[in-house]
Amino acid sequence: MMTERVRVKEMFPPGHVRTPFYLRGKTGEIERSLGPFGNPEQLAYGVSADELPMHRVRFTMAEIWGSDAENPRDTLDAEIYSHWLTPIKD
Amino acid sequence: MPLPLETAPFSVCPMDKKDSRRWHDMGGLDGAPIDMAEHDYALWEKRVDALLVLSTTKGFFTVDGLRRVIEDLGPAYYEKMSYYERWVHSVNQNLIEAGAYSLGELGAKMAEVAARGETYGDCAGCHDD
Repeated sequence: MMTERVRVKEMFPPGHVRTPFYLRGKTGEIERSLGPFGNPEQLAYGVSADELPMHRVRFTMAEIWGSDAENPRDTLDAEIYSHWLTPIKD
Repeated sequence: MPLPLETAPFSVCPMDKKDSRRWHDMGGLDGAPIDMAEHDYALWEKRVDALLVLSTTKGFFTVDGLRRVIEDLGPAYYEKMSYYERWVHSVNQNLIEAGAYSLGELGAKMAEVAARGETYGDCAGCHDD
């Protein structure tokens, strides 16, 4: 199976979001897909929530921290809602 | 306190990318050592915890709403409040937004509770039930 590469959107809306700041704009690969789950960006304000897919995305430490990474090839998994991800065409 | 407040990467009204980072979203920033000491919970803290379970079970709000109000505190209040002080602030805000009670009802109840005295001992025997 082809690995699906994605980039986390560089969006900065003020409010309740679950996508960590330090991952915005970073590139990773989908490790597995999860969900659908209610969108917390709507649930947090008491409005009806869309059910959205969520993906476990794997990033290398080199991608996240650049030359500061102590172990550049170690990886970090983060679960990110689909509307925060852009597919990367190879 | 993880960072001096004057260097807090936080703004209520973000004008650019750097300012838009909010206080709770601190992954990757330098922080202070973590206090690993165990501690017991005060009675009021257990009650706040129970209040959240009741509120969410009854459908007034979700844990997402709990987090939203705490995140909106801003660094000064976030650091000034203890963990369950943040919770009770947020539970109250969410219950008002959900229409569970009005501010008038809350004010009247707070006055009634204050009149019982400062401590649980002062309040002994003051309940009707």
